Amino acid sequence: MKYKIFTIFILFFILTSKSFALVSVDITRGNLDPLPTAISDFYLDPKLGDNIKKLQLESKIPELIQNNLSRSGLFFALEKKSFIQRPEPAHNKPRFEDWIFIKTQVLVTGKISLEKEDRLRVEFKLWDVVSATELSALAFYTTPDNWRRVSHMISDKIYERLTGEKGYFDSRIIYVSETGTKVDKKKRLAVMDQDGYGVKYLTLGNELVLTPRFSPTSQHVTYMSYFRNLPRVYLLNIETGIQDLVGDFPGMTFAPRFSPDGKKIIMSFAQEGNSDIYTMDIKTRVVEKLTDHPSIDTSPSYSPDGSYITFNSDRSGFQQIYTMKSDGTNIKRISFGEGLYGTPVWSPRGDLIAFTKLYRNKFYIGVMRSDGSGERLLTENYYQEAPSWAPNGRVLIFYRETPSDSSGRGGGAKLWSIDLTGYNERLILTPTDASDPSWSGLLSGK
Amino acid sequence: MLFNNLSKVTLALVVTLFLGACATQQATTTTTTKSDDAYTGTETVKFLADGVPDRVFFSTNKSDLTSAATTTLAKQASYLKANPTLNIVLEGHADERGTREYNLALGERRAIAAKNYLTSNGVAANRIKVISYGKEKPANPASNVLAWSQNRRTVTIKTN
Repeated sequence: MKYKIFTIFILFFILTSKSFALVSVDITRGNLDPLPTAISDFYLDPKLGDNIKKLQLESKIPELIQNNLSRSGLFFALEKKSFIQRPEPAHNKPRFEDWIFIKTQVLVTGKISLEKEDRLRVEFKLWDVVSATELSALAFYTTPDNWRRVSHMISDKIYERLTGEKGYFDSRIIYVSETGTKVDKKKRLAVMDQDGYGVKYLTLGNELVLTPRFSPTSQHVTYMSYFRNLPRVYLLNIETGIQDLVGDFPGMTFAPRFSPDGKKIIMSFAQEGNSDIYTMDIKTRVVEKLTDHPSIDTSPSYSPDGSYITFNSDRSGFQQIYTMKSDGTNIKRISFGEGLYGTPVWSPRGDLIAFTKLYRNKFYIGVMRSDGSGERLLTENYYQEAPSWAPNGRVLIFYRETPSDSSGRGGGAKLWSIDLTGYNERLILTPTDASDPSWSGLLSGK
Repeated sequence: MLFNNLSKVTLALVVTLFLGACATQQATTTTTTKSDDAYTGTETVKFLADGVPDRVFFSTNKSDLTSAATTTLAKQASYLKANPTLNIVLEGHADERGTREYNLALGERRAIAAKNYLTSNGVAANRIKVISYGKEKPANPASNVLAWSQNRRTVTIKTN
């Protein structure tokens, strides 16, 4: 169960960079007019050996970048066959009129050459075609088998340069893979790149596992397992495969998440019919009780600076969203709309809380400000829940189920994403049915 | 899709005091959830022994015991007292129309409600283990009102 984290060296940083782009993408509104973008095949240094040439990275890297940018909904990728200029001259100095002619506004070019044995130098340039300027250029050094990672990092650089916000492509999703029938489901932890590639299974499916969540460093995962029929919170190092029980407490422990510094796990303890919220320091194993109420308090999530916690409670008689200070004081109800509210998760930007809402037998994914104002429902369906934020706080991933028929057929869970704007809803393909997705932070850090 | 203007619905606010053996008594306000939709049939029911049903059913989002539930649990208590070497697991379950984490807590609350009834009727607490499965193990896999009512349940299982 080893998961190797690749190292990538960025030796050149920003070869050239002009501070004001003429093209830019506004991601604060639903983007109904995506930016026409041409992603040229990269120029492959002819001196490269056949073992590298046969990988066809000169077209695979641009394809992956194109898939990322297109899926963001912000870019419209022009067809390769319409391109007039060849990759090498385009990378050296584009003939901008050729690209304007096919209605390109932004052009991406690149070059792949050998740094030394078995190490590639992958360089890209981003061009503003309309103003005929180079916006940015960057080179990455890596082994050939790591080309996907490099493509995601290039995608992030392009996204960042054009939107002014961090990207989210160099990240992963952990989720629960589901197989079997509804009354006898096999659930396994699975992890994949954010675009659905490279699925790896982290547990065998011998016991029920639920609600995995990444640590801020993305190497650890906390989740719930029914190992030996004891529903408890576990910690898993996805690099080493080592699993740890998070304290042996009486009763059920569930709904775990990491604190933003990665030092604590916040979760619910259920004992004698009462669920309260606790934290446990991972190193010292010191446990702190944060809520003390004879209602169900669960689904806790920290604010990104760690000073507040949002959670779900039925202390008013039915499920609503609350916030409190991270020491458990100053508890405030923030959801007051009609219906039931659950699974609050604080945005990595700090301003919004995403949630699940049940109203008149429909399920919604929505967002509200952390004081409860400005509620906005993004998507309505038969059943969907458990939103998780992309690292830049612009996209949410969640799972959706369809109704099953009277014999229990149908009803499989799938992963979906939607932009904060409520647009660009997309199915994320997985080899099996999938639920409980959780997005990692950016793998390359901030 | 934005739904800022969901049409208003008049809420009948009914304040119910939970009475009984449950340890989590509290004032409860119900709104859109029905409080009388506990399953009363026998379709999914199995038996611990002749005339002793293995499960009891709950209303949506509720963990208080209906009169049908206490009748069943009273039979279970008599049976367990007559067979003092038997130990049991009480499984708590919820229907699929709720968030996973809340349902885990709700299943636990239901299992404890059943356990508290048994212990207050003379069954030793150390003979009873509880486990909540939330919505993970439906008895009826269909997505309809009947199935959901059959899935909001606790099931008593002999462990020896």
